[in-house]
Amino acid sequence: MTESLETAGAHRKSPATGVPPGRAPSIGVRNVTVVYSNGHVALDDVSFSLSAGTICGLVGVNGSGKSTLFKSIMGFVRPTRGEIRIAGLPVDAALKANLVAYVPQSEDVDWNFPVLVEDVVMMGRYGHMGFLRIASKEDRRRVDEALERVSMTSFRKRQIGELSGGQKKRVFLARALAQQSPIILLDEPFTGVDVKTESAIIELLRDLRARNHLMLVSTHNLGSVPDFCDQVVLINRKLLAAGPTATTFTQSNLEKAFGGVLRHFKLGGSDLHADDDRRAVTVLTDDERPVVFYGDRNDPRRGTEESKKGP
Amino acid sequence: MGELLVPFEYNYMVKAMWVSGLVGATCAFLSAYLMLKGWSLMGDALAHSIVPGVAGAYLLQIPFAAGAFFAGLLAAVGMWFVRQQSKLREDAVIGIVFTAFFAAGLLLVSINPTAVNVQSIVLGNILGISDEDAFQVVAISAISLSVLLLKWKDLMVAFFDEAHARSVGLNPALLKILFFTLLSACTVAALQTVGACLVIAMVVTPGATAYLLTDRFGKLLALSVAIGAGTSILGAYLSFFIDGATGGVIVTLQTLLFLAAFFLAPKHGMLAARRQAATSGDATGKAAQ
Repeated sequence: MTESLETAGAHRKSPATGVPPGRAPSIGVRNVTVVYSNGHVALDDVSFSLSAGTICGLVGVNGSGKSTLFKSIMGFVRPTRGEIRIAGLPVDAALKANLVAYVPQSEDVDWNFPVLVEDVVMMGRYGHMGFLRIASKEDRRRVDEALERVSMTSFRKRQIGELSGGQKKRVFLARALAQQSPIILLDEPFTGVDVKTESAIIELLRDLRARNHLMLVSTHNLGSVPDFCDQVVLINRKLLAAGPTATTFTQSNLEKAFGGVLRHFKLGGSDLHADDDRRAVTVLTDDERPVVFYGDRNDPRRGTEESKKGP
Repeated sequence: MGELLVPFEYNYMVKAMWVSGLVGATCAFLSAYLMLKGWSLMGDALAHSIVPGVAGAYLLQIPFAAGAFFAGLLAAVGMWFVRQQSKLREDAVIGIVFTAFFAAGLLLVSINPTAVNVQSIVLGNILGISDEDAFQVVAISAISLSVLLLKWKDLMVAFFDEAHARSVGLNPALLKILFFTLLSACTVAALQTVGACLVIAMVVTPGATAYLLTDRFGKLLALSVAIGAGTSILGAYLSFFIDGATGGVIVTLQTLLFLAAFFLAPKHGMLAARRQAATSGDATGKAAQ
């Protein structure tokens, strides 16, 4: 599996698919504004760019334009102004070239659809198949490997609705793996997922990052963002901040992004210290894993263990 | 024994049987998709909406398929337009538009009672179908069936997960248009065999029955097509003996099969669900719903 993702990436980007060989995954969003037909401005002049070997967290409240941004990258919504380029190509050309895989939010999936786990993973291979979508030996092997990678081999004959929340997520991750696209979009991958699956997903994403993939993860799970995202994009219709997690995922930026929406606990002064240390502990949470800051408002959040100490 | 073979001695019976079988198979193929998306009523709406087209076509002496298609298209555009321009729910829009078209059709027929027979539009008339009409029906079914056989996997992905369909380079919007084009074409064909009122059964029941019997889409299609073709052929055959309307017999057979599956299906049937609940107390998945 390790080398397979890269080699396949190399031959997929052949001149025949319109992608020059060796094109690195990237997402470029330039001055994108999306206005829906009812006049609602979902995104307002948003710009950022991401390059290979990145896990980027996309953070914002509900209705902040996260899903509109995803829809624009998937070509469902055309920006009213501005443009999106994927690996230097227009969105449609990039999708045709199988450059982007998509892991849907659980609530967007019809779990009663009559497909087995292995059928869903095989759908990831469709872009590699011919007109009639007949699976080759290679396709079957990739499906086997992807299932093995997410530890779902023993569930391959189950109908997808019979799985637990974490298992359901793994199926769609396996599909993205089997698809072998260098760019992966993940929509709320941690919602309804057990802690074990959450760490498995994070480990998988890190593994893909090490192999130069680009992942854009929309998430509510603020506490784990610093654990696995090296970049963050904070939006609320407008771009609030974008950049490396260490300098961007700060308390003041999060307060901008979430305003009064999150639960906010602050411990400081004599409640916390016996001396006159002015640093305070701040906990921001939307009832999933909280994010904990210690220090001044503009300090980045350090370390991964702090997040487990709730108030 | 010889009596059972009598229908095969009549040309019109043989024609009725194989034409019904072909239409039944095609409609059943489409039903597998339609019922999964919760669009079943759309099939009903379409069937009723094309009635004025068929009536008009007979009046003007043009191929009924052309008239039906035009009316169906007009209805679809009408529904889309009302939906876009108002905040009405989809079912209300469908209800308004299709009854409006159906009423217009009945009006057309009642003004010109000699040119068209209401009964043959509403109840179908496969036993008395003309060679021309039979040719249209067969052509529609054969083309639709071939397209479906070539594209069933693409349609499945587009219906299951639109975003993923895009990500493997498919165009889900185009596939949906293809699907609805086939659906309207087959509705027109089915109108000839079972009539406007029962078309809905042809494009829902076989798929719904197969859904209870399998968890794999490929098998579901095969089962659904087998049910659709089998009941249609048998229905046409039986209607010779019981002198009933062919459409009524076909749909009754489909309903009987559905009921059998509903109660007896090995995994998703009612009895299986009871058994599961009794043994484990934790019936999961579709069986529990």
